[in-house]
Amino acid sequence: MDFWVYFAAKPLFWVILTTSVFIFACWVNRRANGSPLLHPVLVSMFIIIVFLVFTGTNYKTYFEGAQFIHFLIGPATVALAVPLFDHFKRIREMWLSIFIACFTGALVAMVSVLLVAMMFGLPDELLLTLAPKSVTTPIAIGIAEKIGGITSMAAGFVLITGAMGCLMAPFVFRVLGIKDDAVKGFALGLAAHGFGTASAFEMSALAGAFAGLAMGITGLMTAFLVPVVVAVLGIG
Amino acid sequence: MGDDEDVELLNGFLVLLVCQFLGELAVMASGVPVPGPVIGMLLLLVLLAVLKRTPADIRLVSEGLLRYLAFLYVPAGVGLMVHAKLLADYWLPLTIALMVSTFLALFLTAAVFKLAAKLDKSRHKAKEESA
Repeated sequence: MDFWVYFAAKPLFWVILTTSVFIFACWVNRRANGSPLLHPVLVSMFIIIVFLVFTGTNYKTYFEGAQFIHFLIGPATVALAVPLFDHFKRIREMWLSIFIACFTGALVAMVSVLLVAMMFGLPDELLLTLAPKSVTTPIAIGIAEKIGGITSMAAGFVLITGAMGCLMAPFVFRVLGIKDDAVKGFALGLAAHGFGTASAFEMSALAGAFAGLAMGITGLMTAFLVPVVVAVLGIG
Repeated sequence: MGDDEDVELLNGFLVLLVCQFLGELAVMASGVPVPGPVIGMLLLLVLLAVLKRTPADIRLVSEGLLRYLAFLYVPAGVGLMVHAKLLADYWLPLTIALMVSTFLALFLTAAVFKLAAKLDKSRHKAKEESA
């Protein structure tokens, strides 16, 4: 019986570690007034990586336990349909502007990151990882996995993009003279996914609703656009 | 929320998993390079549109999962440690590429949506006037 106790305890330890570190990271983030630079995921990643390096544990061992958390990303991605459906009425009323703005925004986010990265001569593997960086993490991870990018890096790029978008947004809105909360929220949700949506909700419920809407549709659209763009640019 | 007792979390979870499963099957059968869960999300969206409402058990489990969405991608994020060398080599071009692209996406989306919303409004107005 010893074998089973040993076998079950080790993966469980990594689940407990991940959970407790994340709870701590949320506390840190609250103390920092919700700063996107100290996002709970970034803080958790940092602490856990330091712990693993310090104890000489490799990622594979950690993931034997952590995969039980990771597995839930699939159903959570499907669940994104629920908030999207909540906006059904709004989508029907403004489908044309929503479609045009989402298409332009998603395409610009993707093509611009790829062109700049290609200019610097980054390897294909990294280009494929950068392509889905402006969509919500679960979808980005799925896309990166599908097209041959590095999933863990994709998650990191998405988080960094989100933090950047929130920090840049006030400046961009001032330059364009945008006062409408619907427009602000929409741009935030498109360019900075969940981070942008969270910060849009701090502005107003209207901004938050448009951000969530933009995030959902952009995620869907990007999943279909990335393979096409990657093929057109001749990557991979 | 008077019907809380009738809400069965497992029913909702099963619906999500079945949607994901069908999504994966569709991807495998068609060879389209789109993540299975994204197709699953489309399927659920169609299901909700047909039902014209979100059943309480689906909403309960979905909102629960989405509330902790950030937590779910910690394990993937930790995988960055495997690629420390790649990051150390390319951190500067990566940062520049992300900054430029995030700025452009924000700027153009805001500008286009502002314009398009105006068009939509005038379209609605024209419709009302002609009616």
